Amino acid sequence: MTLEAPALELRHINKRFGPVHANKDISLSVSRGTIHGIIGENGAGKSTLMSIVYGFYQADSGDVFVDGNLCDIDNPQGSIAAGIGMVHQHFMLVDTFSVLENVILGVEGGFMLADGLSKARVELERLEQEYALDVNVDAIVGDLPVGLRQRVEILKALYRGAEILILDEPTGVLTPQEADHLFRILDILRDQGKTVILITHKLREIMAITDAVSVMRRGEMVAHVETAKTDREQLAELMVGRSVLLQVEKEPATPGETLLEIKNLNYIDEDGVGRLRNVNLKLRAGEILGIAGVSGNGQSELLEVLGGILAPASGSIRYKDQEMFGSQDFTARNLRKIGLGHVPEDRHRSGLVLSFSANECTILGYQDNPEYNKGLRLNQNAMINACEMHIEKFDVRPTDPLLKASGFSGGNQQKLVLAREMEQDPDVLLVGQPTRGVDIGAIEFIHNQLIEKRDAGKAILVVSVEIDEVMSIADRIAVMFDGEIVGVIDSKDATETKLGLMMAGIRDTDTLDKAAS
Amino acid sequence: MADAKVKFGTPAKIPGWINYAIVPLVNLIAAFLISGIVIIIIGDDPIKALEVLFYGAFGYPEAIGYTLYYTTNFIFTGLAVAIAFHCGLFNIGAEGQAILGGLGVGLIALYFDWLPIWLIIPMAMIAAAIFGAGWAYIPAYLQAKRGSHIVITTIMFNFIAAALATYLLVEVLIDSTGQSPESREFAETTWLPFFHEYLTMPKTPLNLSFIYALVLSACFYFFVWHTRWGYEIRVVGQNETAARYAGISPSKNIILAMMLSGALAGFVGVNEIQGVQHRLILDFTGGYGFVGIAVALMGRNHPVGIFLAALLFGALYQGGTELAFEMRSINKELIVVIQGLIILFSGALEHMFRPKIEAIYRRIVGPQMVEAP
Repeated sequence: MTLEAPALELRHINKRFGPVHANKDISLSVSRGTIHGIIGENGAGKSTLMSIVYGFYQADSGDVFVDGNLCDIDNPQGSIAAGIGMVHQHFMLVDTFSVLENVILGVEGGFMLADGLSKARVELERLEQEYALDVNVDAIVGDLPVGLRQRVEILKALYRGAEILILDEPTGVLTPQEADHLFRILDILRDQGKTVILITHKLREIMAITDAVSVMRRGEMVAHVETAKTDREQLAELMVGRSVLLQVEKEPATPGETLLEIKNLNYIDEDGVGRLRNVNLKLRAGEILGIAGVSGNGQSELLEVLGGILAPASGSIRYKDQEMFGSQDFTARNLRKIGLGHVPEDRHRSGLVLSFSANECTILGYQDNPEYNKGLRLNQNAMINACEMHIEKFDVRPTDPLLKASGFSGGNQQKLVLAREMEQDPDVLLVGQPTRGVDIGAIEFIHNQLIEKRDAGKAILVVSVEIDEVMSIADRIAVMFDGEIVGVIDSKDATETKLGLMMAGIRDTDTLDKAAS
Repeated sequence: MADAKVKFGTPAKIPGWINYAIVPLVNLIAAFLISGIVIIIIGDDPIKALEVLFYGAFGYPEAIGYTLYYTTNFIFTGLAVAIAFHCGLFNIGAEGQAILGGLGVGLIALYFDWLPIWLIIPMAMIAAAIFGAGWAYIPAYLQAKRGSHIVITTIMFNFIAAALATYLLVEVLIDSTGQSPESREFAETTWLPFFHEYLTMPKTPLNLSFIYALVLSACFYFFVWHTRWGYEIRVVGQNETAARYAGISPSKNIILAMMLSGALAGFVGVNEIQGVQHRLILDFTGGYGFVGIAVALMGRNHPVGIFLAALLFGALYQGGTELAFEMRSINKELIVVIQGLIILFSGALEHMFRPKIEAIYRRIVGPQMVEAP
């Protein structure tokens, strides 16, 4: 063949974990100087595959070729030597070190640190210029916003001579604007002849930036397509294995009385930093209020204050005309009694006890309810029955109420938490990140459940960092920035650009209107 | 696929008996093997040593009585450590709590000995529980409200308890007619009934508190797994953030679990002071509180496991004494070595053999191929 060898080629990769066949006979070819997307649901095997390429795991069988040469990569050092760099979803940086120190970590070069540092400084400045990766090399990483920290990761990989750059879910922590900036950087990298592999489950990114895309489903590679010749619907169908509605269908809301009213709410954290500042919100029966914003701008604190977990510093919170601020009843336990459901943002940290069985998790927060108690003892039959009912109604798999919570996949765990909170039939439902780490198929189901509750006259507050999600299910959208509500808009007036600007803290209506038009 | 019980990402299920029977057994055998090697090195016969050890622990009625008497103490301290474990706390202070428990029992026996035995028995139990719980309350409070680490504070409270006991026995409660730092002997009416008074068996220290231990084990099981209070303690122990989210107060449960722990440890005082010594003495706790940590670890914090582990250590105490007596090259210190090895293998190196054993099990059962859902 006269054709140039592909930058990265995988042939018949197999990987099993115990009885699980995580990668089944995967072949993949990525051409030099392209951006190649790998898309698939959680657990489809994308991360396993890339971990094999990066040398974290060894394949049971199959070969990896870099530039046409067979590579025997059995650890990350081997893959770095082969010119492969990886930007992890969770950054591997030392927060208290400067950018420069982070970049040379592990490749200090020589005994004296100073020599390595000065050489690295020159090289880094060259790289920054070449790829438009502006970062102050002397800044402390912990002080940088996430978007810049990601750039440090990219610089790190380039500094080690990466020709192939693998990015694992890179936009999860970015605002739409930051994501766009990242995409411009990736464009430049491609133009300079680098090869980029983008792992994601977001269709928008695939369509926006990639040249070719490979779709994985249940450990298999189901399709390789050119991005220009496909569309979101087709990709979604390939990922899930059936056709999926990407937009939630819903009637306009018919809001009723105000069930939750927040006035001038302030929360100050343990370090004395104001995390919520003069937050004012109203939540009415029969509507979904979406809270958008880049994570870390006070949404988590807002949810936890409303859920009775954190104590606010000042302000007023009225649930169903009962003032909660300063009240004895303002505890997570009592709020549940007066009809508040709370699906926490992080099901592993808060929503479940992973070592407990599903039916034990079913009563978390409701362990005092008479239905689950019989005299002194917990009524285990009632717990199992309730759990079975939740499993059936929310289509949780596997259907075993005795299985440990850790044995369910992310989507099924989320359904267990949602079922628990929704089946108590609360009047006000707080939902944090309803579909984080959940498969497309289950996302559709969860959204429909929320809409159903709304139509039954419940008040729902949804916090999500997925801007698409907020736009598709919320009736009104409040945008948070730096602990403040930047604005509340009707979701029919919302556009991605407008929300993106608001998420960056811009309240100036002229700019917003201009952006909208 | 819909009815698949096994899920993508989880390895084939390992049945409970592997975890609860085979793994501890293998650990135990490893400990005995190394002990055997040590015995060979010092020039004696390990098989004979094992025979003597076993005979000394279970070979004749008197031995069984002694073994069960030691077992009683280990059950109390094992349960004490386990309840704290369930709340995510490492109670190193069972020793000190036991000293205080004994003090409580002693005060009842010394100053209320005019009451009938059927009143003394519950009063001594309650005193042991209250004194033990009270002593555990202070570190618990400091952990829950002030964030002082419970391991550090409970260790320090062991020293304080020992010093307190010494002070009281030397200065206050000492029997003025005697020389040694101990109280007068309690009136016989306050003694706990011995087993040999009611059963035809030789005279041993085994007394009614062995029954307490069994009843408390049953209560422990019921409380931890079948009541909402036990549930809340376990939630706090497994995931404190989830507890806060669910409206379960971590600090309340930390204090509750530690007080229960202290109360359980305090029962060592019932067995030793009211059951056997019949006077307040120093150092009656003899390290039971520390070995209780190994008992709880080995017993997987479950009363059945704790009973078995306590029995093992009881047998080691009793059989070991016999062994040191019978075989000249083996002294008391070597028994401690054997105990140490058992603690090492079943506590610290608990997971050393597990992956191998599980792999062997899987190979025997054969691969179960599972489709991703």
